[in-house]
Amino acid sequence: MTVTDRRPVFDSRQAFAEELIALARTDERIVAVCNDSVGSSNLVGFRREFPRRLVNVGIAEQDLVGVAAGLANAGKIPFVCAAAPFLTGRALEQIKADVAYSETHVVLCGQSPGMAYGELGPTHHSIEDLSWTRAVAGLDVVVPADPAQTRAAVRWAAASGRPSYLRIPRFKVPGVTPDDAPFERGRSVPLRDGDDVTVIAVGSLVSRALEAAERLQGEGLSVRVINMPFLSPLDEEAVVAAARETRGIVTAEEATVSGGLGAAVASVVVTRHPCPMRILGVPGVFAPTGDTSFLLDHFGLSADGVATAVRELLGHG
Amino acid sequence: MLPADPPRLTEYREVSGRIRAGRPEDAVAELERVSADVRRSIVRMISRAGLGHIGGDLSVTDILVACFYGVLSVDPERPRWEGRDRFVLSKGHCAAALYSTLAHCGFFPTAELETFMAPLSALNGHPNKIKVPGVETNTGALGHGFPVATGCALGAELDGAPWRTVVVLGDGELQEGSNWEAAMTASHYGLSSLTAVIDRNRLQQGAGTEETKTLEPLADKWRSFGWEVREVDGHDHLALLGALERSTSGKPVVVIANTIKGKGVSFMEDRVEWHHKVPDAEQVEAALAELEPVR
Repeated sequence: MTVTDRRPVFDSRQAFAEELIALARTDERIVAVCNDSVGSSNLVGFRREFPRRLVNVGIAEQDLVGVAAGLANAGKIPFVCAAAPFLTGRALEQIKADVAYSETHVVLCGQSPGMAYGELGPTHHSIEDLSWTRAVAGLDVVVPADPAQTRAAVRWAAASGRPSYLRIPRFKVPGVTPDDAPFERGRSVPLRDGDDVTVIAVGSLVSRALEAAERLQGEGLSVRVINMPFLSPLDEEAVVAAARETRGIVTAEEATVSGGLGAAVASVVVTRHPCPMRILGVPGVFAPTGDTSFLLDHFGLSADGVATAVRELLGHG
Repeated sequence: MLPADPPRLTEYREVSGRIRAGRPEDAVAELERVSADVRRSIVRMISRAGLGHIGGDLSVTDILVACFYGVLSVDPERPRWEGRDRFVLSKGHCAAALYSTLAHCGFFPTAELETFMAPLSALNGHPNKIKVPGVETNTGALGHGFPVATGCALGAELDGAPWRTVVVLGDGELQEGSNWEAAMTASHYGLSSLTAVIDRNRLQQGAGTEETKTLEPLADKWRSFGWEVREVDGHDHLALLGALERSTSGKPVVVIANTIKGKGVSFMEDRVEWHHKVPDAEQVEAALAELEPVR
């Protein structure tokens, strides 16, 4: 039995919904905007308490994001709650033009991201979202790792005054964020110190990276683990420090490797302090049929996969 | 953001005040004079830039002038004043017409129009709200302004605020599906403070709208989506002022403004190639002569 198996695991959607309701009680500008996603975005409680402040545009993602930008123009703080694949894929041009380029304070909340929809297949997977959103200027991209960080991200986004994309986790994970962890724009969260190799992880991969580090400690390897909740803007100094102080960097994310965390870290590494790297993610293929756990393991996005990448990087593979 | 132009602003307040206070019939001559000035600016801007969408600029001019001088409650000195009416140009490629109108209202100095599309100018080929006062959202990609305007109107509705929202769309632009998503949302929420104006010039970049993808029966489409439809001559200021009055039906209003692409310049009128052709020096002279204001 692994460490993870013994610990309680959490879906972050409840934390998201509770935090949004708590904020809405104190700030009447907050509205939720959804695309027939009241249930899947866990907005039933919000609707019960604030029926008029729950805007449902039906199954129409372009309209969803455009309307949210208009609500922001009218002085509201819209939290757009929709399944991540449709929000970021279908409405990408609205995200670019109406939200980011127009500098509107819209909080885009991608629900059930990554491969959370498992067996429903690649139409419902959102593994391209980090590449897409990271390419949009002026859009903050935030990937919380657990319920505590999700709450912090929601509070931060409501107050930020900026366009942002939050990836709200659904796949159940153990809590990894310390109670006193800061949540600041562009700041990483150090979770474990070490000087052989650094693992930088986001979202569902954070607990798996920690588990790998624990196992590797048994093999005499000292692994630093950093959680990088902000992909944009990236904590470049933490990356440079890791490149300088350890022998290499492994990144791990539930997303394609083309433009997400790994690509962001790599571009800092090659320009500021080159070091060996391994980039773990989904390697340019559509996923086969399987549940989320199966798919994560299938692509090596597991404690085993992270540990193997660390050993390879050190030439112990 | 560009600063306001106080002398122009004073003139705008006087002219629009007279238009709003007097009988609409008396306003027409003033509006026609402003439209002619705006059109002449457009021709000069596009000639200087060597770029632009002159056909649509000239078809939408009277709509813009009627909105800003006769309808909208805006304050060029306080472009972000919370209680302002919202105006969205969804057909953002007609930025020259919008900039020219805004400058005539005093939102920024008319001298700035000379920088249209020049390197580092605030006046990009498509409007930018961060740089240009009077712009509410960055448009240019078609099918964006209408959903945003719908969100504005919904925000006003949620607050019970008295301000209204006017959005101007191209007719070719209606081929973008996002517009019909917004049309459904606006009628579902009963957004009677929202007015959409269609610049129905019947031409798009490559050909006529009906040849490209049929829009007719356009009025029936909007009616079936739950909108109150008003159809007018989009170059008749008196008719435009009437059609732009607030909804009394509880439904959002669409004004189908029948216009002529290239309006006011005989050799450009209703000619598809003038979608974004640039006039040469001789054509500019001829166009400016035809656009001599009625005084």
